[in-house]
Amino acid sequence: MSSQPSIISLIIAALFTENFVMVKFLGCCPFLGVSKKLDTAMGMGMAVTFVMAIASMFTWAANHFLLEKFNLEYLQTIVFILIIAGLVQFVEMFIKKAMPSLYNALGIYLPLITTNCAVLAVTLLNVQNNYDFIHSILYGTFAAMGFSLSIILFAGIREFISEKEVPVPFRGFPIALITAGLMAIAFMGFSGFAI
Amino acid sequence: MNSIVSAVLTVGIIGLVFGCLLAYASVIFRVDVDERIGKIEEILPGANCGGCGYAGCSAYAKAVVEDGAPINCCSVGKETAADAIGEIMGKKAEKQEPKTARVMCGGTCEKAKNKYEYFGVEDCAAAARLAGGPKACTEGCLGFGTCTKVCNFGAISIVDGIAAVDEEKCTACGMCEKACPKHIIEIIPKNKKVSVICRNRNKGQEVNKYCSAGCIACKICEKNCPFEAITVEDNLAVIDYNKCKSCGICAAKCPKGVIKKI
Repeated sequence: MSSQPSIISLIIAALFTENFVMVKFLGCCPFLGVSKKLDTAMGMGMAVTFVMAIASMFTWAANHFLLEKFNLEYLQTIVFILIIAGLVQFVEMFIKKAMPSLYNALGIYLPLITTNCAVLAVTLLNVQNNYDFIHSILYGTFAAMGFSLSIILFAGIREFISEKEVPVPFRGFPIALITAGLMAIAFMGFSGFAI
Repeated sequence: MNSIVSAVLTVGIIGLVFGCLLAYASVIFRVDVDERIGKIEEILPGANCGGCGYAGCSAYAKAVVEDGAPINCCSVGKETAADAIGEIMGKKAEKQEPKTARVMCGGTCEKAKNKYEYFGVEDCAAAARLAGGPKACTEGCLGFGTCTKVCNFGAISIVDGIAAVDEEKCTACGMCEKACPKHIIEIIPKNKKVSVICRNRNKGQEVNKYCSAGCIACKICEKNCPFEAITVEDNLAVIDYNKCKSCGICAAKCPKGVIKKI
């Protein structure tokens, strides 16, 4: 197994320099769709963090103990989709029974995440980068936190804009897209920054 | 050939394992949901206006079944919804008077003076924080349309600088009543056609200085009401809707046109 990056640089990369939404343009659908209000954005961020962490864990195990053993790496994408979808369903049922309050907070977002590209991307990137078990989980968690960071910032700005006088042709979605573009440029400022 | 078989087998087996796991989990982790909740949710209009006092239609449906909430709270579905819910719950719906929101201010652009010019955010709550808003009258409608923004039914518009409720569209959900920083919108019974369109409790002399549509507490309405339904309290005419028969005599007699029959 190849050498692993230090944990600090992994976290910085996942949060800022390789931010999933702003730099890699993954998970744009929930980023634009669920960012009208700050509290729903936070709910979405929490749900994504939760799912990406466990998805990283299980797909690493599946890849390491199953696919690599039988030289079936080319099946990664389809197997990972299967695992994520099943896992999210299972987790949803589990928290509905065991933690109703958490279910009420995450409930409606969980099924949305099942087919989110950011979740699939993090599992595939873990494999591409040859991360070990710990690094995979950390990368999954912090990439999701990077996603949460950008969606929460974006929701805050959108709430702020909604109270302002925006020129009529730009009202609503256009100004949101412009904002997202400007945010992405701001995040470009982190690129090249490495520890 | 071999690779196809192994691919099919791997994906098939993983799928099968997850399928069994989920089937098993759905039995273990089953949360019994009262089927009546789903049925009530279907009856409710789904506007999620919050007029019933719950977070939304599904929260209200849950409250009806689990906490025994009253079945006639939905002001959008009105009696039809209440009757249908009553059928499911085995309760009889009490008749609820249809209600409407009414804006208790008549200080239009020409009639009411401003004390300063306002250039801030177009929002009543924001304007009200700046010395009570630009209107000279402390109780007047500011007309920045915070109520129109919260109305889910498009029933409120700003006409001549004050809010106006379309009582045909209004469902009396109460969102505007909560949003208005001046508390100038009230939810009242729809069949009570007469109301005092002013909430200013200053002396008549004072009111005359900044608004020509304000109650000056002349007591003409009080004297003319055949049902003793109007009294002037703290320089403002107040109608007791338990006694009011909507005859409209007060509206005809009011020298300021503050009492209006709709």
